[in-house]
Amino acid sequence: MLAKRIIPCLDVKNGRTVKGINFDNLLDMGDPVDLALEYCQQGADELVLLDITATLEGRSTFLKVVKNVAKAINIPFTVGGGISTVKQVEELLMCGADKVSLNTSVILYPKLITEIANQFGSQCAVVAIDTRLTPKGWEVVSHAGTRLTGKLAFDWAKECESFGAGEILLTSYTSDGTCKGFALDITGSISNALTIPVVASGGAGTLQHFVDVFKIGNADAALAAGVFHRGEIAIDELKEMLKLSGIPVRITHSCSLY
Amino acid sequence: MKTGIISYGAGNVASVENALQRLGESSFVSSDINELLKADRLIFPGVGHAKMAMGALIEKGIDTFLKNYNRPVLGICLGMQLMGINSEEGETSALGLIDFEVKKFTTQLKVPHTGWNSISIATPNPLFKGIDSGTYFYFVHSYYAPLCSNTIATCNYGNEFSAAVCRNNYYGVQFHPEKSGDAGMQLIQNFFRL
Repeated sequence: MLAKRIIPCLDVKNGRTVKGINFDNLLDMGDPVDLALEYCQQGADELVLLDITATLEGRSTFLKVVKNVAKAINIPFTVGGGISTVKQVEELLMCGADKVSLNTSVILYPKLITEIANQFGSQCAVVAIDTRLTPKGWEVVSHAGTRLTGKLAFDWAKECESFGAGEILLTSYTSDGTCKGFALDITGSISNALTIPVVASGGAGTLQHFVDVFKIGNADAALAAGVFHRGEIAIDELKEMLKLSGIPVRITHSCSLY
Repeated sequence: MKTGIISYGAGNVASVENALQRLGESSFVSSDINELLKADRLIFPGVGHAKMAMGALIEKGIDTFLKNYNRPVLGICLGMQLMGINSEEGETSALGLIDFEVKKFTTQLKVPHTGWNSISIATPNPLFKGIDSGTYFYFVHSYYAPLCSNTIATCNYGNEFSAAVCRNNYYGVQFHPEKSGDAGMQLIQNFFRL
């Protein structure tokens, strides 16, 4: 049976992993390669690396991080942050990334999703949708959550699918950093309406939140950062708990021979 | 002992190279059959479209080369599918090394079949030494090889299909061992010990 995935997310700035609450007050969380390896050993199913540096210099540092992570780990990983051209995608894939996550650039130019899917396959075109609950409903926000777009997350997710996205990474800015649980309603309505996987993100604080996002939110995968970085939730323990709750997960057994 | 990685323009060979480096195995990447002949074994990766990949193999003479090859070859993902008779992807004939015909998934489940799925060992094989039924591997594919007499491991996604096949020196896995954690590394190591 296809397993539900647990995905730690590493925000990378100037070659270091950082974590903030609602993108403010960034704290240093260590070397991304060390963290990536540690999560891999704990049983993470995939990783996401987001480049949150906006400078050119930061970008070449990030490419080095991607290359080193690809050498170190043996599970798939997605990279994102400021990707706006097919050329950038090619560069990141050549460094060993498996998928790219697209955000503001595809809100401005959705055909980029199709161009990437046609050239590298839809499996590597992930669209990150950041959303916030407003009087209009779950509205898409862009530019790292600073601008309301007027689009509804549900409609935009359907559009992304038709443009050829292979996966949706849905982050609720209303719950991100609160540790009060995932946004179950919008995750569920999008996941049930799409034929591509939906990764839920934003708000994980307890083991039960993960159970809920799979059982109630019907997510295909759950992404979190702070609870893993701070050591509040260990991935192996989380997976044992999910398994006990009847959710199919990959439990890793150490291989004795190799 | 040296491993050759066949490069023919179908996908990125970097992750296979990285996996071999982690295992401390010496390897080289080539699309030149004269170079590939120097290898002790071959890895035949592939991500992309079956018909286009077959075109590239024929252009470089790798199709005939593989048909006459007698050392171990490990086909991965599309590489495994191309070991069959033909594929529905682009309605192309394939290498005909193993007797199966590649079909498109017709399940109600989300396609491509993406993520970690568990396999069952169908026939004991040294490729799966130390790996039990129920072990998870990482899959990304929309087409599959049905069960056949050369199936050595199965997987279920809407229907049962071949997760791994073996005929003589030809081995194929539908999943990506280079992205399948420790279990994948074990399988690659097993391939080196054949």
